[in-house]
Amino acid sequence: MFAEFLQYVFAGLTSGAIYALAGLGFAIIYNASHVINFAQGEFIMIGGMSTATMVAAGIPLPVAAAAAVLVTMLVGVALEKFAVEPAKGADVTAIVIITIGASIFLRGAAQVVWDKEFHALPAFSGETPIAVLGATLMPQSVWVVGVSMAVIALLWWFFNRTLFGKAMLATSFNRLAAQLVGIGVKKVLMVSFALSAMLGAVGGIVVTPITFTNYEAGIMLGLKGFSAAVLGGLGNGLGAIVGGLVVGIAEALASGYLSSAYKDAIAFVIILLVLFFMPSGLFGKKGTDRV
Amino acid sequence: MLLEIQGLASHYGRIQALDGIEVRVGEGELVALVGANGAGKTTLLRCVSGVQPATAGAIRFDGHDITRMPADRRVALGIAQVPEGRQMFGPLSVEDNLRLGAYRRHGDDVEADLARMYGMFPILRQKKDLPAGTLSGGQQQMLAIARALMSRPRLLLLDEPSMGLAPLLVAEIFKAVQALKDEGTTIFLVEQNAYAALAIADRGYVLETGSVVMSDQGAALLADERVKEAYLGL
Repeated sequence: MFAEFLQYVFAGLTSGAIYALAGLGFAIIYNASHVINFAQGEFIMIGGMSTATMVAAGIPLPVAAAAAVLVTMLVGVALEKFAVEPAKGADVTAIVIITIGASIFLRGAAQVVWDKEFHALPAFSGETPIAVLGATLMPQSVWVVGVSMAVIALLWWFFNRTLFGKAMLATSFNRLAAQLVGIGVKKVLMVSFALSAMLGAVGGIVVTPITFTNYEAGIMLGLKGFSAAVLGGLGNGLGAIVGGLVVGIAEALASGYLSSAYKDAIAFVIILLVLFFMPSGLFGKKGTDRV
Repeated sequence: MLLEIQGLASHYGRIQALDGIEVRVGEGELVALVGANGAGKTTLLRCVSGVQPATAGAIRFDGHDITRMPADRRVALGIAQVPEGRQMFGPLSVEDNLRLGAYRRHGDDVEADLARMYGMFPILRQKKDLPAGTLSGGQQQMLAIARALMSRPRLLLLDEPSMGLAPLLVAEIFKAVQALKDEGTTIFLVEQNAYAALAIADRGYVLETGSVVMSDQGAALLADERVKEAYLGL
């Protein structure tokens, strides 16, 4: 009974970690530009696909993973440079639609570069399950959660301990003041796309041994990351992490206790509930400004 | 001339906010810009800082044409602005706000300048770890001035530093502005409080519906009948 519950929680934490990374990706770009980047899921796909291809070609996993992260970051920067930046001054809604277009383009490009098949990666450290209180934990799940935590810690350090990280936060809090102290807001926007792409790629790489990946694997993962970001309160980093874990665990429990047919519906039910009852999310802006 | 504005025009959409502006600010001068609400004072400062585009004319700073230069590079050249409404990075700490003021400086002694700001405004030292958004209006104004000074500006643009403050605080802010001038900082001051501004200014400009209508020594403008009637309520 408890073992079964624990089993579902393990599964939920694993996918929740990926949603959290994607949710953080949404949050970072949203903070820099108020744009919701619907191509976030494609970053996950590109990270996984690139690594799978390189590993299949005989390149060692760590090298392939690093190269894949770099490739995805370049795609992120290109997306900002050639799709988002030329539209500056346009309505935010228009830019959001541009990112939807970009996501369709990236999926199309992936079919050309790769194919429509599923691609796999071997588990990073074997497939021998670890027994925990009657439930079994796959080593790859430990990798997923561990790497996600490491990336989140790195991100925390960047935003709270480096001047450029603080400058990025400052830009999200007050764009005019940021310009007036000499922060280059264009650079902030570009770095935010690079960081979000990095988050997506890392998530895509660690999850591929569990779920496999193909050209459209990013759609669902991206939408669930978006649910995580909305649940946590758009633009709130901690909220995106908590939101990701909640969405992951909720869908694992629902597919375990109800039916796996409902798995994908859970994330969207959560979005609807949030929009109906608490539009600013769990950790929505509390507003510390005194006017 | 440190700052030289020639024939400057600026628009918000189709609405013209500034027209044919000629303003000069010399090294070490305190120049005041006074005028009614909506005359274009804030727009003029925004043009100098590069956060509002000029549609005609030229802005020169220390001999460089900066008319089309991005805002962040102007800060590096030495132009800092204390914007209207203070514009804190609300959730960031007071000290982080100050450090971001020195964002364009590299290597030189930021710590020493931090200590200097805390010396000038001791209340900021007491509150250095609190979010800037929790400060009172007067404290935020001090922080806004200190943040701008952290860039070691050659030209300090002050937009309505007295707005919304209690009279006692207004006096304190003007004392700080006077002290900065005495140290040799070049200041371009925009104020609705025309009397206080002209009283400490070397020279002044009067702006009306986007154009400069008068310019003279500060004391002369204070004595001018038209200025008295329109802006000093005398």
